[in-house]
Amino acid sequence: MSEQLFLIAHIAGRGVAIDSAQVESVVDIGHVTPTPRVARHIRGLAALRSRVVTVIDTHAALGLPPIGIAGSRAVITVIDGHHYAVLVDSLEDVAPFEAAPLPSGIALDAAWRRAGCGEIERDGEPILAIDLTALVQGPGEAVTLN
Amino acid sequence: MDDLLQEFITETRETLEALSGEIVAWESAPEDRARLDAIFRFVHTVKGSCGFLDLPRLARLSHAAEDVLAAVRSGERAPDAPLVTAVLAIVDRIGEIVEAIDAGTGLDDSGEELLIAALDGSAEAAQAPVAQPAPAGQRIANRSVRLSTDLLDRMMSGMSDMVLARNELARQMRDHQGHPGIEAALDRLSLTVAEMRDTVTRTRMQKVDALFSALPRMVRDTAAEVGKSVQLVVEGADVELDREMIEMMRDPLVHIIRNSIDHGIETADERRARGKREIGRLIVSARQSGNQIIIEIADDGRGIDTNRLVQKLTASGQSRGRDLSGLSERAKLDLIFEPGLSTKDEVTAISGRGVGMDVVRANIEQIGGRIELVNALGRGLRILIHVPLTLSIIPAIVIGIAGQRFAVTRQAIEEIVHVGGDAIRIDLLGDTAAATVRNRRMPLVDLGALLGLAPARPAAADMLAIISASGGSFAVAVDSVLDHEELVIKPASPAVMAAGIYAGQTLPDSGSPMLLLDCAGIAAEAGINFTHDTAIEEDEPEEAAAPTVDALLFEDLDGRRRAVPLAIIDRVETVPAETARFSGGRMRLLVDGRIVPLASLGDIAGRSGLAVLRIKDGEAEVAYAIAEPVDIVTVPADIVPSAQAGPILGVVTIGDEQVELIDPQWLLGPDSGDAVRPGAPLCLIDGQGDGWIATFLKPVLEAAGYRVATGAEAGERPAVILTTDNRTRGDDRVVRLSNDRRDIGATDRVYRYDRAGLLAAIARRVEAA
Repeated sequence: MSEQLFLIAHIAGRGVAIDSAQVESVVDIGHVTPTPRVARHIRGLAALRSRVVTVIDTHAALGLPPIGIAGSRAVITVIDGHHYAVLVDSLEDVAPFEAAPLPSGIALDAAWRRAGCGEIERDGEPILAIDLTALVQGPGEAVTLN
Repeated sequence: MDDLLQEFITETRETLEALSGEIVAWESAPEDRARLDAIFRFVHTVKGSCGFLDLPRLARLSHAAEDVLAAVRSGERAPDAPLVTAVLAIVDRIGEIVEAIDAGTGLDDSGEELLIAALDGSAEAAQAPVAQPAPAGQRIANRSVRLSTDLLDRMMSGMSDMVLARNELARQMRDHQGHPGIEAALDRLSLTVAEMRDTVTRTRMQKVDALFSALPRMVRDTAAEVGKSVQLVVEGADVELDREMIEMMRDPLVHIIRNSIDHGIETADERRARGKREIGRLIVSARQSGNQIIIEIADDGRGIDTNRLVQKLTASGQSRGRDLSGLSERAKLDLIFEPGLSTKDEVTAISGRGVGMDVVRANIEQIGGRIELVNALGRGLRILIHVPLTLSIIPAIVIGIAGQRFAVTRQAIEEIVHVGGDAIRIDLLGDTAAATVRNRRMPLVDLGALLGLAPARPAAADMLAIISASGGSFAVAVDSVLDHEELVIKPASPAVMAAGIYAGQTLPDSGSPMLLLDCAGIAAEAGINFTHDTAIEEDEPEEAAAPTVDALLFEDLDGRRRAVPLAIIDRVETVPAETARFSGGRMRLLVDGRIVPLASLGDIAGRSGLAVLRIKDGEAEVAYAIAEPVDIVTVPADIVPSAQAGPILGVVTIGDEQVELIDPQWLLGPDSGDAVRPGAPLCLIDGQGDGWIATFLKPVLEAAGYRVATGAEAGERPAVILTTDNRTRGDDRVVRLSNDRRDIGATDRVYRYDRAGLLAAIARRVEAA
């Protein structure tokens, strides 16, 4: 299997790898306009140059308590023509890795199961590869809309 | 028509170019079905277009070729070499004629009979003249190109981004005190961007003609199918509309028109029996009104029998247990939007195909439009479709709720009112808030609480936006109304849209994204359900009252209170006093770089700022100076006519006060109506003690260019005689006036307040004389 470029980031204290094909850019998000009555993992809307992006609270998307005020670093991804800013704790770097399926027997817990799509290995350390589409979709029915 | 012709030429030319390969291939392999089909489609399209465009030569040629090709397709004829040659000769000739039309030159039609005869495979085939390729120089440079809508969309969205980028730049400039030179450059950029935006917007616009041009044929065919005769009148085909909107309007329009012909317009016999013209009349018109386009489909058929509608719904079990008979007329009328309803007892081939008015309404609402019915039982139905000018840039009101801004389409907002005073109050019915605005009671939505932005305190609201939704109106409590902007609206991401209360997102000049509220969604979220029962209470009082007119009550310069019908007021604004001057024989006002006549009933001298009513009706525009606007009031239809013709139409009671109503005719007529030509047709008013006609009608008639007299002078024969006397019959110069509103649209008499009908009737008599 050939190597792909992955962006290594930290979400909820864990290292994750994001396929660079899903990443349009990496930005700092400024003021976020709240979107009342929308699913909990949608933080709101932010302006990115002349474009409006939907900001995803990654913690909430994983079913964890929402991020709070901190956390303005975000990965921009485009899904079905809409731009999303997926908030991350921090970003490391971009490097080529070989993607592999999750080893058999490892069952991710509920929060990560939807997002996890494989693993990569960096200097012997396994890192979970995640699919941003799953984060954008949020935790699904598990969380009731407020 | 020129546009259509140009489009036809371009299209035909393009198809011919694309077809040239097919033609050669078909020549070598006449059995090839795909090639045959392509050529058949071409001549078929040409034939179809020629019918519209009145191009008989092309129609004849293409028709002949189509017949032969159809025979080949059905296997009746074999595509032998002479046949192929003959068809190709015709295709070539079509190309030559099209080029000739485009170049505006004539083309000798000799040999066309031979070309057509050659199709029959007769002996002349061999002599069929070989078409000469058109000389290269004959084609004139084409100044139009065809673009895909996708490209236009990208251009449009690029334009929106550019506007937003410019806004961003302007904001940055404000924050960092810029160099004057940079500011000048930014101003120039802004100007260019604005111009560019207009131009790009225009590329998306298309004349409504594109929508209307197919109607004559459709009406004719539909009418023929049901054996009725219908005359179609199309007006305002020049109005421009977003291309996408035109596409989305097509189906609803077709549906409504087919309905009108099938259900609305009666058969010739029935019409005769009812004293109508045998030929039904269908008027389809488009006009622009502010930021919306109104497309109106009016027929003079039987209208909607609302009681029958109720019976039908009840009988078919669609009433869902509601008692529909108690509904107001308007609520009953709205029942035609019930899903699955057919007003006709039997389903015909035309309508009743499972697509009802509910779908039509849904389609129209989907593009931000609204549909309105004006029904006159026995006399016809008018359907008005209001649609926004473009899909992507919409006029919106920005409201503030708990510190956050939201946009609402202006079209949805009926009005914005301050709570306070007697006219507007908020009460709690149980735990449910209700607003009463000028005796209209409606549900109240506490938007702050609904959005979870603020604790619920509906009773403390001090500003209400009245929103019209399908089925009724509701009030929304807002904290502030901040702005009125044209916003570039884009769809929000699915997760946001899933909330059901947003219609899209936008990035206004402030740089913070803003959500566009979906009013229908909010009503649904708030649990507002306009069942027909609630509408009873709301509508009944209006029903019983006489028809009324909204008017602006104002304090005039001479200190009196007067009113003017709201419909003719374009806007109210304050202008510097020095822009009003006595020039060219009368007061004139310089406004927006133009000079408009300024009327007033008082002295404007000594005022620094002048409040003026800008009054507009079609082309005519005047300004009327006032002291200050007071309120919007409802004026009863009982107007006590004024004693003499002049600026005052009559007197009405508003509250306990006598208020003079300004005569729009005086304002907009040719300088108060004294400019009647001496040779104008004479209207004789046979008043018989009815002072109303003389005082009320005289200015109207004079404004329309007639001379008016109450008694004929010796030797003069009046062209028209107006009378209320029922006994005058047999003289075809007589126009009989009636006091009965129901006579609007009648042929033998005219309701006296029906100004348009009256003038039309007079014009007919004058023409006949």
